Formats: sequence, C-alpha cells, structure tokens
Amino acid sequence: MDKLLEVNELTKQYSQGNVIARVILTAADHVSFYIKPAEIFTLAGESGCGKTTTAKIVLGFEEATSGTIVHNGKPQTRKEKVWITEGVQAIFQDPFSTFNPLRTVDSYFHETVQNFKLARTKQEAIDHIDKKLRLVGLSYQEFAGKYPNEFSGGQLQRISIARALVTDPKLIIADEPVSMVDASLRMSIVNLFKKLRDELGVSILYITHDLATAYYVSDRIAIMFRGNIIEMGSVEQVLMNPRHPYSKLLRDSIPQADPKLRWTSTVTLSELEQEEYLRRGCKFAGRCPEVMDICKGVVPADLSVDGVLVKCHKYSDTQKG
Amino acid sequence: MNNKLTVLRTEQLKAFYVLDVQGTQKVAKAVNEVDLAIYENEIYGIAGESGCGKTTLLKALFNDIILPLRLIGGKIFYRIGWDEEIDVTTLSPEEKRKLRLEYISYIPQGSMSVLNPVLKLRETYEDFIASHVSGQSREEIFELAYKQILELGLPKNVLDVYPHQLSGGMRQRVTIALAALMKPRIMIGDEPTTALDVVVQRGVIQMLKDIQKNLKNTIILVTHDMGVHANVADRIGIMYAGKIVEEATTELIFGQPRHPYTQFLINSLPKFGDKNVRSSVPGSPPSLANLPSGCPFHPRCPHVKEICREQMPGFTQLDENHKVACWLVGEGNHG
Amino acid sequence: MKILRDLFRDYRFTFSFSVLVIIVALALLSFVSPYDPTLWNVVPKDMKPSVEHWLGTDSNGQDIFWQATFAVRNSLIISLIAGLVSRFIAILVGMVAGYKGGWVDRVMMFISDSLLVIPLFLIFVMLAMLVRQFLNLVVLGLMLAVFGWAWDARVIRSVILSLRERDFTNTAILSGTGTVKLVINEYMPFAMPLIFSNLINNIAWAIGLEITLAILGLVNLNIPTLGTMLNWALFYQSILLGRWWWILTPVILSLFLFIALYWLSTSISEYLDPRTRIQRVGA
Repeated sequence: MDKLLEVNELTKQYSQGNVIARVILTAADHVSFYIKPAEIFTLAGESGCGKTTTAKIVLGFEEATSGTIVHNGKPQTRKEKVWITEGVQAIFQDPFSTFNPLRTVDSYFHETVQNFKLARTKQEAIDHIDKKLRLVGLSYQEFAGKYPNEFSGGQLQRISIARALVTDPKLIIADEPVSMVDASLRMSIVNLFKKLRDELGVSILYITHDLATAYYVSDRIAIMFRGNIIEMGSVEQVLMNPRHPYSKLLRDSIPQADPKLRWTSTVTLSELEQEEYLRRGCKFAGRCPEVMDICKGVVPADLSVDGVLVKCHKYSDTQKG
Repeated sequence: MNNKLTVLRTEQLKAFYVLDVQGTQKVAKAVNEVDLAIYENEIYGIAGESGCGKTTLLKALFNDIILPLRLIGGKIFYRIGWDEEIDVTTLSPEEKRKLRLEYISYIPQGSMSVLNPVLKLRETYEDFIASHVSGQSREEIFELAYKQILELGLPKNVLDVYPHQLSGGMRQRVTIALAALMKPRIMIGDEPTTALDVVVQRGVIQMLKDIQKNLKNTIILVTHDMGVHANVADRIGIMYAGKIVEEATTELIFGQPRHPYTQFLINSLPKFGDKNVRSSVPGSPPSLANLPSGCPFHPRCPHVKEICREQMPGFTQLDENHKVACWLVGEGNHG
Repeated sequence: MKILRDLFRDYRFTFSFSVLVIIVALALLSFVSPYDPTLWNVVPKDMKPSVEHWLGTDSNGQDIFWQATFAVRNSLIISLIAGLVSRFIAILVGMVAGYKGGWVDRVMMFISDSLLVIPLFLIFVMLAMLVRQFLNLVVLGLMLAVFGWAWDARVIRSVILSLRERDFTNTAILSGTGTVKLVINEYMPFAMPLIFSNLINNIAWAIGLEITLAILGLVNLNIPTLGTMLNWALFYQSILLGRWWWILTPVILSLFLFIALYWLSTSISEYLDPRTRIQRVGA
C-alpha cells in the first residue's frame, strides 16, 4: 500500500499577546495522517480545531513550526510552484471569492495552461479546458468571457473544481467546499468528488464540519479537536460507532433531517475557547461526560482500538489487556 | 378551518428590491404574493436556499421595510390582544418601534450587530430597557433580566463582561436572551445558528426551544439547514424564488413532500448509515431579478407540463395542515 | 461613454470638468503668448483691464492675462510631476509592503510613518532655502513628490493586505501565476479607483504647497506660477493700492482650481463606490 501524501507530526504554533503576557496557542499539535491514491480522506471538526491550518500548511500557504510532509515518497519543502507541478491543487470554501470579481473566469484557465505549458496552440488550450469543464458538467461555450457574478454559487464551485483539474493533479485539497453552496446543489459537488476518485483516480483531502456529507463521500476520516486528531479510521467505524466521547458528541449534534431523530439529551458548552487550547492533559476533559482523574493531567496516547486510532484514556486498559 | 389562533398573517404580500444599476432599473422580486398564517404557540420554519427571499420575508414580517426594499402590495396583520388584528404596514415609525421587542423581536445571524462591542453587556441591557420600558420600573426589569439569565443557564457574571470576551455561542445565546426579555409574543430568527459550530448550534437551539416552551409564544425561524428544521419546527414553509411553494407540519414535509422541489430537497440530504447515491436538484436557482414565467421552478422540474410554463399554480389544500402550489398536485384555488 | 454620461449627471462633476477644461485651455494658450513671461516692462505698468490688456497689467510691466496662462501651466506641471511621481512611489511601496509583509513591510512602513509624523512644512522651508537657486519646475515637483507618497502608500498597503486574504490570491498562485503578475492582474484593478482619486487630491495638495512656498518667497520668483504671481502682487501691495485685478486673478484661478479638483475627486470616488451608488437610487 503506497501513500500519496504522508503528514508526520505536523505542528503549528501561534503566539498571541504582548511581550509581558505571551500565550502560545497550538493550532495543530503533532498531526499525522496519510492519504492513499484514489481515496477521499476527511478531516472533520469544529472551527478552531486546526483542520484549515493543516490544509494551508499542506498547500504551502503557511509554514509549519515542525513536522514533515512527504509526497510520493519525497519530502516537501515550502515551495508553492513545485507543489502544483507535483500534482496538488485546491478548491476553497467560498466560490464567490475563489475568482477575482474583476476578471473573467476563463482567464484563470488560460493562464494555468500557459504557465504550465499544457498546450501549444490556442485551440489546443481550449480543447484541454473544455475537456476539464465537461468532467464537471459544463462546457467552454457556456463560460467563456463571463465574470464570476454571472454564475450561481454551485456553478462557480464546479468551475473551481475544473480549474483545479487543469494541471491533472493527483491530489485535491478541498477546504469546506460545500458549506457555502445552496442545499439543492450540494450533492452535485459531493458526487463530483466520488466521480473524480472513481474515474480519474484523484485523491481528495476533504475538510469539513459536515459529518453527514463526510459519511456519504469519504473512505476514511479523522476527527480533530483543538489541534489534535482524536479519532481516525474508516467512516463506517468512526461515524457509525464513534469511540471517543467528543466524536460521539459531535456525531450526535449533527441535526438529522428526520423529525423522528430529534435530540433528547442536552449539551454543555465550553465558555472560553482559549481555555481548552491551553488545557493540560486531554483538551476535552472539561466537558467530557466520561471524564476521569487522569484526563486532567496526562495527555492520552494514540491508541489503536479495532483498527481505529483513538486518543482517549478510556481505552488504555483495553489495549494493555 | 382550525381552531388555532393566528398571531401573524400576510395577505398577498409583495416586497421588491428596486435598484438602479448603472442607469438601468432592476427589480428583484424577493417576496412575491406571499400568504402566511402563523399560529400562537408554535415554531414556524421557513426553509429555502440563499437568494430565495427568505431573509427579505422576515424583514417584511418584522415590518422593517427600508430602502432599497419597497412594499409593493399586500398587508401584514399582527394580532394585538385576543380579537384585534391590525395592519402594521400603515403604522407610523414611532408605533412600529413600540411594537418591537415587546410584541415582536428579532434575532439576527451575527450577534455583533446587536451587542455594542465597546459597552459591557449590562449597559446594552440598560439601553434596551430604557428605550422600551415605560410602565415598569427599571429595577424590576433588571431583576427580571437576572432571573431570566439564570433560568437559561447562562453564567451569572455574563452581564459584567464585554461582548468580545464571550465565545460566539455564548454571545448568540445572550442575544437570544435579550430578544426574549420582554416576553414578546413573536420572535423572529434569521439563521440564528448558521455561523455556529454544530455542538454550539445544538446548545443554542435547545435554548430557543426552552424559551418557546416557557413563554408559549411563536418563533419564526429561517434557516437553509433542513436538519435544524427537522429538529425544532412544528410547521415548515418551503420558499422558492420569492414564493411559498409548500407548507405543512414537519412530519408531513419530511415524510410526504409533494412539491417536486421539496422532494428533491429532502431526498438530497445525506443520512448516516445510508450511502446510496443522492442527486441534487438539476439546474440552478433563478435570479429574483429575472424570474421564469409561470411556476418559477419549471425550468428545473423533471415533471414539467405545458401549464407550468404559463401560469403560477395556486395552493391546493391536501389536508388541514398541508398545502402545495403545484400543478401536479391540483388545480389550486386562485384569487 | 456610458460612464461619462453617468458622471455628468452629478452637477459637481459637470462643474469641475468644465472648470478644468477652461483652466487647461488657459494653460495651452501660453504657447501662443505674445510676451516672454520672464521679461519685465514689455507693456505699460499698472493698467486697468481694457480691450488691449484683458486683465490689466502689473507693476512689473507684464500683461496679467498672459502671465496667468504661464502661471497656470507651470503650477499644473509642478503638481502633475509631484502627483505622478509620488503615485509611482506610493504604489510601489504599498504593493511591495502589502504583499511581501514581514520585515520588508516593517521597514517600508517605518519610513512612511516617519514621513507622516515629521512636520513636513518646516522641512520644505529648510530644503527650499538650501536649494533655492536650483529650484526649477521639475526639482520642485520632485521635491513635493518625495514627501507626498507616505499616506497613500499606507492606504494602498491596507487594500493589498485585505485582498491578500481573499481566496482568489490562492487561486492565482495555484494557477502558477508569478508574484509580479499576480499583484498587477489581481490587485491593481481594486486599487485603481483609490489611486486615481488620491492622485487628484495629491495634485491639489501640491498646488497649495507651491503657493505657500512662493508666498514665503522660497522659490524662484522669476518662474510664473500661481504662487509667484501672488507673491509679486503682495510684494507691490496691490490690495492697498487698489490694483484688485492683479491680486484677484491668481486668487480666483486657484480657488476655482481647488474647488474643481475637490469635487472631481469626490464625485468620481462616489461614483466608483457601489454603496453610495445604491444610496443615490434609494432617495
């Protein structure tokens, strides 16, 4: 089993405050995961869990404090252009801010073709672009010469995917790609990811807070909380039978589109985010319904329970015994 | 029809945005001939995609029509007391202001527009109370505020801090507490939980439901998230291109949707434990400034008939709690 | 064309546009002037406005109308040099500081902040005294330019900073676009309206400063500008002696020039700002 992308012990720290009272926040804390070829891997969690920071570092838009990224067996340094030719592309959350409102959308495609010398003539370039657009259900005639505001959000997001495909990448990093797309069009984007995986063998790092689409589309999932991956494994195992108390809470808090599945229990909310970041031991200990004494002082180790990685003291006995 | 008391009712409500874009006039028909009847003691959900006019409808229901939004036609009735209905579109600004907060209150999506960032929450509360209370003494109201804050499970010292010191979820809950302070008969929420994380969203929704249960008032909740509607709403109106196209109890909307748009919307939602392929609605939502003829959904509808292109269907009453505007279901009653 | 038609709906734009056309035409007339502006006593002194000398003559024996055409031309040249050169510096500094960030940003902003806080006027007075004999139009223009870019560089930097956070920056990077091309293609269109309206303001500022320096006698008084004309008129006490035509010519010209430039910049920036565009319609 070869790995397309391997992220090892990735850590990103920000310092906040002034000279006297400096606080170091760890946005990503020794994050490790890998992505296989032709696989959709989800990084899920709430805002501030470090999923977007991780994506930005993988894309080279930000520098890691420590840790390595290995792509196709080669360690990567922060060299944006090398990255792209290596076959990594990205799509972003807000389709309306993905493209400059003062530029035509097709200019991005032509620029990419030019910059990477993907075609010799204008016609060749158009054919190449048209091929990519057809993959997402559009055509060159439909979009040539138009500005971003002439498309709907769903169309723009599909155009954004087509743009990412122009360089024939093997990995696409999608940061919350459907959260700003209309509900009626959301599935068209998600289904597209499946198609890219199955037909083109593209891997996708799907970053989202929406566990329902994550379950629908992805193969494996990692759930992050305050900078840590606290549970990682196949979606069936992690989402249908969550082991970490936080995964359980997160899974149960997704409002289900079924009036028969209304919430019955109540939740406790944290008052201050920063407190949880700075917490020693398990960061969820302050809200965990199954908290033990050890959780408040000792950081739990990454344990393997039935092939699922879980970062929780609850399971430390099972592993020993 | 039924014995529930209607607190808020609209008749053929039309509110359009009239914009002058570089010399040419553009009319966005954001709320187009909407008839609503919202009952006492219920949570009414309005669902629809971005740009379907749901936020505009809320503004109109809140009687807050400011340019470039214009009231083109129709009436909005509030029930004052037991048997008096008033058309609030004719009220003076001063009379409108009086109704706010005491009769009807608004919960915005972002709490920062309500909570003054440079004032402690206590001062924001004081301002609100000073501008809305005349009869009761301010001390009494303040006692009430404290009692309410404790009842809602918010920390005691929440009034002694600045808004930025609270997390987003806590701020949103304070905003809701403030909106509920005067025990308004109607509370209107515009995507009040959309910007929040799922766990926090659950806490905020929990609180909204508690408030409604205690006050036995009416909450009108707009959100695009069908999951939230399934969890809180008693009845749901599905909005498409400035019109309500289907209205029913939550159970019926999710169990037996009849409008093709509603059917698509419900069927496109992914569920845990079900990996079957789901497809989204074909095409894209229309622009409110350039609506298709007839039923606005017809260009995306797989069951389109000749008449759909020509005429907007009226509502067909399927049963007491379920009405649909679609030619496939029935002729509808016009006028 | 459509843009112009929309702009002309604003009375302020119509007014300032016509005034500027007249003033530029006046400046162009200097090329056909029958007199050399540096020579004295070419016409009888202190004549009231007449058919022969439309705006009269001054105590130096120069024709005020033709002198004014040179003055307007030279003032415009100085301010244009100042405006354009300072724009160039401001764009360069603002874009580089905004896009690069880090220590480059800190150094550049330190320089521009220093320029903002030191009392510019005193520096000008000292500099002008030092280099007075070399002070021709170009040098004066450049001198104003060197000190006039700081604020606008800051404004451009802040625009770039906010644009850099938008996703389309990343889209461009992922499309393989180089930094220079990225800044020019993606950011310049957003900064352009701002740069343009600042240019007009900067021109007005340069004209004003030139007048101030000239009245203090700190420039080469043989070059006719609006400032030096005023200086001469004051020097010969034209107000006291009732030679109103002499002092009023540069005063009225500068007044109209300032109002025109101010209204031009406000009407254009209002036109370009979509929020005010909507407000106008609502009323």
